[in-house]
Amino acid sequence: MSEQTFTEADRNDGIEPDMVDQDHAPKSTAAGSGTVPMNMIQALNSALDTKMAEDPNVLSFGEDAGYFGGVFRVTDKLQEKHGLTRSFDAPISECGIVATAIGMGAYGLRPVVEIQFADYIYPAYDQIVSEAAKLRYRSAGMFTSPITVRSPYGGGIFGGQTHSQSPESLFTHIAGLKVVVPSNPYDAKGLLTACIEDDDPTIFFEPKRLYNGPFDGWHEKPVSPWKAQELAQVPTEKYTVPLGKARIMKEGADVTILAWGTMVWVSLAGGEHAGVDAEVIDLRSLVPLDIEAIEASVKKTGRCVIVHEAPKTSGYGAELSALVQERCFYHLEAPIARVCGWDTPYPHAFEWEYFPGPERVAEALKSTMNGGR
Amino acid sequence: MKKNTKPLSLRVPEPSGRPGDTPDFSHLKLDAAGAVARPDALADPHEMRDMAFRLVRVLDDSGKAVGPWDPKLDPETLRRGLKAMVLTRAFDDRMHRAHRQGKTSFYMKCTGEEAIAVAQGMILPAEDMGFPTYRQQGLLIARGYPLVDMMNQIYSNASDPIKGRQLPIMYSSRDYGFFTISGNLGTQVPQAVGWAMASAYKGDDRLAISWIGDGATAEGDFHNALTFAAVYRAPVILNIVNNQWAISSFQGIAGGLETTFASKAIGYGLPALRVDGNDFLAVWAATQWAEERARANRGATVIELFTYRGAPHSTSDDPSRYRPGDEHEKWPLGDPIARLKQHLIALGEWSDEQQEAAEKDAAEQVRAAGKESEAIGTLGQSRPSVKTMFEDVFATEDWRLVEQRREVGV
Repeated sequence: MSEQTFTEADRNDGIEPDMVDQDHAPKSTAAGSGTVPMNMIQALNSALDTKMAEDPNVLSFGEDAGYFGGVFRVTDKLQEKHGLTRSFDAPISECGIVATAIGMGAYGLRPVVEIQFADYIYPAYDQIVSEAAKLRYRSAGMFTSPITVRSPYGGGIFGGQTHSQSPESLFTHIAGLKVVVPSNPYDAKGLLTACIEDDDPTIFFEPKRLYNGPFDGWHEKPVSPWKAQELAQVPTEKYTVPLGKARIMKEGADVTILAWGTMVWVSLAGGEHAGVDAEVIDLRSLVPLDIEAIEASVKKTGRCVIVHEAPKTSGYGAELSALVQERCFYHLEAPIARVCGWDTPYPHAFEWEYFPGPERVAEALKSTMNGGR
Repeated sequence: MKKNTKPLSLRVPEPSGRPGDTPDFSHLKLDAAGAVARPDALADPHEMRDMAFRLVRVLDDSGKAVGPWDPKLDPETLRRGLKAMVLTRAFDDRMHRAHRQGKTSFYMKCTGEEAIAVAQGMILPAEDMGFPTYRQQGLLIARGYPLVDMMNQIYSNASDPIKGRQLPIMYSSRDYGFFTISGNLGTQVPQAVGWAMASAYKGDDRLAISWIGDGATAEGDFHNALTFAAVYRAPVILNIVNNQWAISSFQGIAGGLETTFASKAIGYGLPALRVDGNDFLAVWAATQWAEERARANRGATVIELFTYRGAPHSTSDDPSRYRPGDEHEKWPLGDPIARLKQHLIALGEWSDEQQEAAEKDAAEQVRAAGKESEAIGTLGQSRPSVKTMFEDVFATEDWRLVEQRREVGV
C-alpha cells in the first residue's frame, strides 16, 4: 500500500516550502509572443507577469510570495522583474494581507494577494465576507474592492487536514464575491487575468493537485505532465477567459457531470471507467455561474451528477442540485447524484478513501443511468 | 506536581464605580497642562517611549494654553473648531430625540468626544482618507458635509446617499474623505494601513487616518494593522479613542488596567502619543505632529485619545445599569466644548453671548436640515426604490439577482 500511496508525482508536488525542489522549480515565464507549453504554475505566473507589465496598479503580495517567489513558485521572479514594491513578502497574517489589500483596492489599486493554503484563509474570513464582499453595496458604489485573493486549494496530495481543504462553498454563499477555480493552464491564466481585471472581489482557488499535471484520481498510475495536453498550450501574451462561462470538456449524450478543479479530470476518467457517454462540464467560475450551459446540457441528457472534493453537506453541489431540480425537473430521468468528500475533516492516512475518485464517479454514473437505483 | 503556596485564582477586572457608587477617578495619573515635553516629530520612537505613559495637555484649568504642545492656533481657527463641536452636539441631540420620536431605528451620540474628530477633520484635508468608527460624525461635520445628507442616511429615505442599505449612522462619503463605515469592529484599521501603503506605493502625498475604540483594540485586526503599519512604514495616523467604556465593559476588560493603550505601539516599534482627548488644542497638536511625521515618510503614529463617553453607547443602551449616573460630570478632563469656550473667552476672542448665539445658530442649522430631510421622509415614510436593493452587489447585475428582483416584482 505505501509503495502505491506515495508516487513520485506526489513527492514532486511538494506541499511545504522546504519540499520545493529549487533546481527544478518552474522558470518564470519569458516575455515574447506566441504560444508555449506551460504547467499551471507557469500559466498563473504568466498571468501575473503580463498583467503587472500592463497595469502599474497591479501588485502582488503574500507570505513568501516576494523574493522567494511563493512556496509553489507562482510568483517566481515577479519581484526581480517588476520591483520590490510590486511583488513583496507579507507578515504571517491572513487577516492583515486581505485587509490591506481592501484598503489598496479602495485607493484604486488592483492587488492580487496570496493565501498560502486555502485551509488558512479563515483568519481573513471576516475581512472577505464583511468587508470586501460588501464594500460596493454598503457604500452604494462609492468604494469598491477590485481585489483578487489567490489560494492553492484541494486535496489528493497527502496534505492532511490543513493542506487539502476545498472551502469554496463558504464563499459562494456570500453576496458580492466571485469564486473561480481553473482546471488547466490555459484557463488558469485567462481566468486569473479576468479576475484581476474584474471590478469585484474574486476568490481564485488553484487546485494544487493540478499544478504540475492533470490528475484523474487514478493515484496508482504515474502522473503525466501538462505538456502532453492541448490545454497546456498557453499564449505568452495577455488574454482573458470570461468569468461566468463554463467549458464543455467533453460532449456526451447520456448524463451531465458538473465539476470544477481536479474533479473535472476525475469526472472524465470516471465516465470512461463507467463506459458512459457523459457530458463533462467544467464550471470554471462558481459565481457567476453559467446556468445556461448547465440547463442546456441537463435538458439534453436528462441526468445530472455533481462531483466535488469538498464535504457533501451544504457544499456547492447542494446549490447546483437545487438549481438543476428547479430548472430541469421535467427533463430529469433520474435523481440528481452528488459525489463529494465525506462529511469529515480531510484525513491523512485515508487520502484515497476520502478523495472522490473515478471509481466513485463511475458508480454514481451507472446508478444514475439506472434511474438512481 | 509542584504545589502553589495558595490556590490559583482568576482575576476579572472591575471598574472603580458601579450604579449607586460615587464616581472615583483618583487612580488616574493625569499630567498637568504643559508638563509633557514635545519630541521632534521625526524623532526615533525608541527615544520617546515615555510619551505612551504621559498625557499631552495644553489647556490648563483656567483655560490658558501652556507648554510646548500649544499649536498656537489663530482665533478664527479656534472659533471654527468650537462651532463645529457645538454643531456636532446639536446634531447628536436632535437625532437622539428623533429616535425617541420614532423617526428612526437607531442612533449613536459622540457626546464628550467632539474635539477628536472635529480637530482631526479640520487639520487633514478631505484628500486624506479617514477610516472612522461609528463615533466620528464630527469628521463629516468639520469637513462641511451636508447635515441633510447625514439625516437622509439616518432616515433611510429616498435621498439616502447609500440607498437605505445600512443601519443609521453608517455614513459613507468618498468626496469628504470618509470611508464607508462597517458594523464589524476594527476591520477598518488595517484597511487604512493598506490605503496608506497604496498612497506610498504610488508616490502620492496623501495620508490615511483611522480610529478605533478602546474596546475594539482587543480585536485581532488592531494587531494586524500595527504590524503592517510598522513593517511597511505606512503613512497613517492610528487613533485609539479611549472613552473608558465599550458598551457596558470598562476599559480594564480591554487590557487598560495593565498598561495604557498608547503603549501598545511600543512593541511594534511605532511612536505613541497619549493625549487629553477633551483638549481641542492637544488633539490638534498631536495630530499635527503625527501628520508631519507621516508626510516626511517616517510612517505611522499611534495616538491614544483619553476621553469619556458621555452619552449612552447607543439609543439601545442604558448606562445607568452598569456605571454611576453622574460619572460623566465628575470626569476630571471636563467637557471639550466648555474647555475650548473658556480658552477663547480667556483670550478675549469669545463671550458667553457669542456662545449662546453659536448654540442657537447650530440648533437652527440642524432644525433647517431636519425640516428638509423630514420633508423627504423619516424611516418608513420614504425610501429608495426597492429595485435598488439588488444593485451594487456586483458592478453588473448577476442573473440570479435579475431573477430575484423580478420575483419581488420590480
